[in-house]
Amino acid sequence: MQPFELITVSSIPDAVKAQAASSTAQQGAPVRFIAGGTNLVDYMKINVETPRQLIDINGLPLAGIESTPDGGLKIGALARNSDVAHHELVKERYPVLSQALLSGASTQLRNMATTAGNLLQKTRCVYYRDTAYGCNKRQPGSGCSAIGGHNRMLALLGTSDKCIASNPSDQNVALMALDATIHVTGIKGDRAVPIDKFFLLPGQTPERETVLEPGDLITHVTLPPVPSGAKSLYLKLRDRASYEFALASAAIVLKQSGGRVESVQVALGGIGAVPWRSHEAERALTGKVVSAVNFRAAAEAALHGARPQSQNGFKVELAKRCLAHALAQAAAQA
Amino acid sequence: MAQQQEQAPERIQNSKIIGVATPRIDGPQKTTGTAMYTSDHHFPGLVYAWPTTATVSSGTVQKIDASFAEKMPGVLAVYTHENLGRLYRVPPGPMLTLMIDETRPPLEDTTIRYYGQYVAVAVAETMEQARAAAEAVKVTYTKSAHNTADQLLTASRELTTNESPKTDENASGVKEVTKRGDTANALASTHTTHDAVYSTPTETHNPIELHASLAVYKDGRFTLYETSQAVVNHRDVLAAMLGVPPDKVQVITRFLGSGFGGKLWPWPHSALASACSRNLGRPVKLVVSRSMMFESVGHRPAIDQRIQLAATPEGKFTAIQHDYVNHTSIQDDYDEGCGEATGILYSCPNLLVTAGMARRNVGTPTSMRGPGAVPGLYALESAVDELAIKLKIDPVQFRLMNEPQVDETNGKPFSSRHLKECLTTGAEKFGWEKRNAAVGSMKNASGQTLGWGMAACSWGAMKTDAEATVELRADGTARVATGAQDIGGGTYTVIAQMVSHETGVPVEKVEVVLGDSSLPPGPISGGSWATASLTPAVLEAARSATQAILLAATKSDGSPFKGKKQDDLEFVNNSVHLKGQAGPTLSTSDVLKLAKAQSVNATGKSRGLFGDPHAKYSFHSYGAQFVEVTWEPEIARLRVSRVVTVIDGGRMLNPRTAQNQIEGAVVMGVGMAMLEATEYDQRTGQPINNNLADYIVAVAADCPHIDVTFLDYPDFNLNPLGARGVGEIGLAGVAAAITNAVYHATGVRVRRLPVRIEDLLAAPEHTRAIA
Repeated sequence: MQPFELITVSSIPDAVKAQAASSTAQQGAPVRFIAGGTNLVDYMKINVETPRQLIDINGLPLAGIESTPDGGLKIGALARNSDVAHHELVKERYPVLSQALLSGASTQLRNMATTAGNLLQKTRCVYYRDTAYGCNKRQPGSGCSAIGGHNRMLALLGTSDKCIASNPSDQNVALMALDATIHVTGIKGDRAVPIDKFFLLPGQTPERETVLEPGDLITHVTLPPVPSGAKSLYLKLRDRASYEFALASAAIVLKQSGGRVESVQVALGGIGAVPWRSHEAERALTGKVVSAVNFRAAAEAALHGARPQSQNGFKVELAKRCLAHALAQAAAQA
Repeated sequence: MAQQQEQAPERIQNSKIIGVATPRIDGPQKTTGTAMYTSDHHFPGLVYAWPTTATVSSGTVQKIDASFAEKMPGVLAVYTHENLGRLYRVPPGPMLTLMIDETRPPLEDTTIRYYGQYVAVAVAETMEQARAAAEAVKVTYTKSAHNTADQLLTASRELTTNESPKTDENASGVKEVTKRGDTANALASTHTTHDAVYSTPTETHNPIELHASLAVYKDGRFTLYETSQAVVNHRDVLAAMLGVPPDKVQVITRFLGSGFGGKLWPWPHSALASACSRNLGRPVKLVVSRSMMFESVGHRPAIDQRIQLAATPEGKFTAIQHDYVNHTSIQDDYDEGCGEATGILYSCPNLLVTAGMARRNVGTPTSMRGPGAVPGLYALESAVDELAIKLKIDPVQFRLMNEPQVDETNGKPFSSRHLKECLTTGAEKFGWEKRNAAVGSMKNASGQTLGWGMAACSWGAMKTDAEATVELRADGTARVATGAQDIGGGTYTVIAQMVSHETGVPVEKVEVVLGDSSLPPGPISGGSWATASLTPAVLEAARSATQAILLAATKSDGSPFKGKKQDDLEFVNNSVHLKGQAGPTLSTSDVLKLAKAQSVNATGKSRGLFGDPHAKYSFHSYGAQFVEVTWEPEIARLRVSRVVTVIDGGRMLNPRTAQNQIEGAVVMGVGMAMLEATEYDQRTGQPINNNLADYIVAVAADCPHIDVTFLDYPDFNLNPLGARGVGEIGLAGVAAAITNAVYHATGVRVRRLPVRIEDLLAAPEHTRAIA
């Protein structure tokens, strides 16, 4: 761990101003916000992140969870994962988000980790974490060691020849299925970023993971109401029963009527370079009869463009079974 | 079968202390954080060492540039092969002495043989400064080709070694471990045979307590606080490496956060810390990091095992051949000993076990809980299951049909063997008679598929030399001391029970002192030997102490027993009275007051059986593991849901800690079967999943319901309390029982651990439920 300065801010403008001094808001940022610290501090300990200054934003009034006038929900950037998961409105309206959060990490970590911090969670790729190896995400231009290496956990979709890292978050998969909006304030004012525009595919610049620029502070996330009568759930498949990242996961919001799928929102975790919204699966299913055959067909569509690596080919079939099963479970709830 | 057991003295049979579930006496210290683990120790002037480790796995150090690191804040020194000072190699010792796995002292030369080998060490005022300096040391290497491949048997199933192990007698690098009859002929002439290769990966011990050394060098003496499962051996090895007499070295391990065998013998960091303290004249603490734990403190090696079996159509074994190759390091020979149980588990006229090694660029392997037998039984008991299926014989019945009458490896009688009862009791408790042998045929109430599998197991029982002292004090307390250690399994408590049993001093008034090499030499905490070895020595010491009280009672002025013969007196419940008479009694405190003495002290010594070819009996523990797995084919999710374990482990001195040992071992078996594997990046040779996020072990949610039963057959041929020790037996057989259950549920036979979702996705269609 490198020496760093820790400062505390008491207002949002002060926070924005302090981080705006950074050359980037992405990998290697010399100035970073810190909230729960459950991810950033780990990477600082192993010199993967070496900020010279941390801005403690825990004192900012951004921890609230409240209903919005349209029947949706506003979740503060600093709301702890535990508080979100156990919030009555979340459990009632967005079980998929509650389930996703509770399937991640451990109780202790969830008590510290925040909504915005989880949005920015780093990949678990072992080469990203080991500075003895090349990694284009950590050190642009140094190569991708995961290609041809230990890549069992890594991504099948959205990868590039520069990076095959997977996004490890469970929360983000649920937020993706729920069409969340990320609210950001920065030096040019406030803006609202739809979640499917928030994450950047690795392409040739895997070090850039989100649209955030220096000075940008996530203030809150809003969720639109789910269609009346829709059921949502999260299914996570992994090697052990708890405290383990997903090999494949699925977040589903499904509404059926008359034995047909009226609307469906599908996102997949553990298999994408970013939390993976599958419009292909949604298109394959919308208007179709609720059936195991159609669920499997949607899963085939979702994984159509999968690019397996040397160790993770099995995740293509696993993700298909995960999605088909999650759809069947959601349909059975109606 | 012949069970030749001597009768136990009635007092031992009817003890109110021995065999009674007793809470750990060290529990409050551990739960309140006052137990001093090695790295908790601190001394004035303490400084910290952090090693620089090799980032290639084969080659030569060209240049080490420490000029920048040496000038960093707080840095006292950076040592390399050029300036560390002399460390000697350890000469070979008689059996179980001067034990060390990695024989090369750290920084001895510039040759790199494995990734993570120490190449320098930085010492600084704080741990962070030492680490920063160690990471700033610039090392350049000349790389050469390395090999960390896990393929140890060739496709033709011939044993291969890429370099003949030095200890082997023949050129092929393969040695015969045990042999009887004509296996080749029997395999060729019997029509029901089985032949398969079973592979287990490198496993890393990963106790929660990191390895650590805190070396205090002062006035020519080394006081070493170590994470050691064998303080006496550690003292002797470090004395040899440092080139000083053993009486100049004291090794202390008050508490261990477990070790699983990884802390049996000294590793390079220990010599490194001692050398740094010697150079600087200050106490030096070196805590091995989690990632270094995967490199330079041992591991269970990767192993390939070929099992060939033959049986008559009626189910009698006619041949067993077990050929195994384990990897070892470039420098050292390590034989996993996978045939430990093979020769004795079943009756079979033709049997051959061979062992081979294959050199890899890895740190030297070492014992991990149940070394040899645990991976060996995974292979053997998987193969036995496969043959039972071919023969269409129930796997429990098949095992019962092949029970030997004597140890067929040497013709000796078994001291105490109740494997058949383990199998029948386990089958009954598990409900085995309800098993439908057809794959995928059984369902639970939720419609999930169930798989039921089982395996037999055994683990050699042994006792080694041991010595202990017992002191009886005027204040009614006792003290017992021995140079053994408590790995966490409950040795503190069991020793207190033994002393209490013999003297009548209540357990809570017995002070137990362990983990110090200056105490009378005790056994290692390994091999499940500690309890069996300590029993005779502690009992003798306690009995001698009571005799000393009797003697004092006959000699002291004012004693009602003055002038009596010592033989006329009896010591019961911490008091003296005349044998067979109601008469006066005198407590130990009273006797010592009359004698104007503070205490009496006595020593007990016992001889072990280790390596004794004249031992009359074959000593082993036995067990049966029954496992249920729950299988959801539509999402390829398989979990171990229920385990019934029946253990024939002699007398359980403390059923509470014994049960805890077995339960912990079963959970470790779930990890071995389903989760654990150290993965080497073949391009660099580095253990790449070198942390507890990527090397996954079973967590609480993975723990099945575990039902432990102990058969209560004391083994008085082994020691006077009939105890054998249960540290390892609970892990033996678990992995095979799980993979046998996996096959029963899924139709997938996994012959390469761990069982992965990759394997299960290949389950045949007919075993998959319709979603």
